[in-house]
Amino acid sequence: MPITRRHLCAAGALLVSTLFGGCALAPPQAWERGNLAKPEMTMGADPLDQRFVQHIYGSKENASGGYGVGGGGCGCN
Amino acid sequence: MTPNRNPLVATLRVAALCLVTLSAPCAWSLEAGAPAPELNLPGLKEGVNLAGLKGKVVYVDFWASWCGPCKQSFPFMNELQSKYGPQGFEIVAVNLDARRDDADRFLVDTPARFTVAFDAKGESAKRFEVKGMPSSYLIGRDGKVVALHKGFKEEDRKSLDSGIAQALATK
Repeated sequence: MPITRRHLCAAGALLVSTLFGGCALAPPQAWERGNLAKPEMTMGADPLDQRFVQHIYGSKENASGGYGVGGGGCGCN
Repeated sequence: MTPNRNPLVATLRVAALCLVTLSAPCAWSLEAGAPAPELNLPGLKEGVNLAGLKGKVVYVDFWASWCGPCKQSFPFMNELQSKYGPQGFEIVAVNLDARRDDADRFLVDTPARFTVAFDAKGESAKRFEVKGMPSSYLIGRDGKVVALHKGFKEEDRKSLDSGIAQALATK
């Protein structure tokens, strides 16, 4: 079948979406998390309150982690 | 796959195949027994070259000023350097801060009595496949990686110490 304008548009759209998709494929490396380690980047407002809430999550749901960036912006949690 | 006469479809097929292949994740290829990657960086006073330290047991530690466990590991590393230094042990602590000021400020609060190198771009960290901060790599006298360690906790002290002692004992 002849290559119509429609085909070219579809191919172009596919190419563009693939290229932009690359942005999502590269999370920050372990050593690039300096900004994430700053206290203002944590979710909680009051550290004491945060500890209280985390204790409840731990005892009621056995859930841990997911907050801060792992004890000081580290890639390991 | 049957060849398609339509060039556009053919191109799209090849492109799709390439995408699928290239999106395969890279495997962790640096492991114990592998030769240590290259490390040639500026230090505080002079350059630091890992290849030049062959014959010594080298503890390469990647740290940054914003990393809490790194701060805890520095006194331990000071102890290690003074204890094992005479036996041919060298710590190379590579700083990965984007800004040198942050590293300097950290070093004022937490002094380092061992070699410090600076890699703001993180090229050496990529070569060593650093997955967490801090990460340490024990390199034997032959220039091969003996052990890899991620993170730092007080409980790690003993195992790290014995690992170094063992590496120093091997000729």
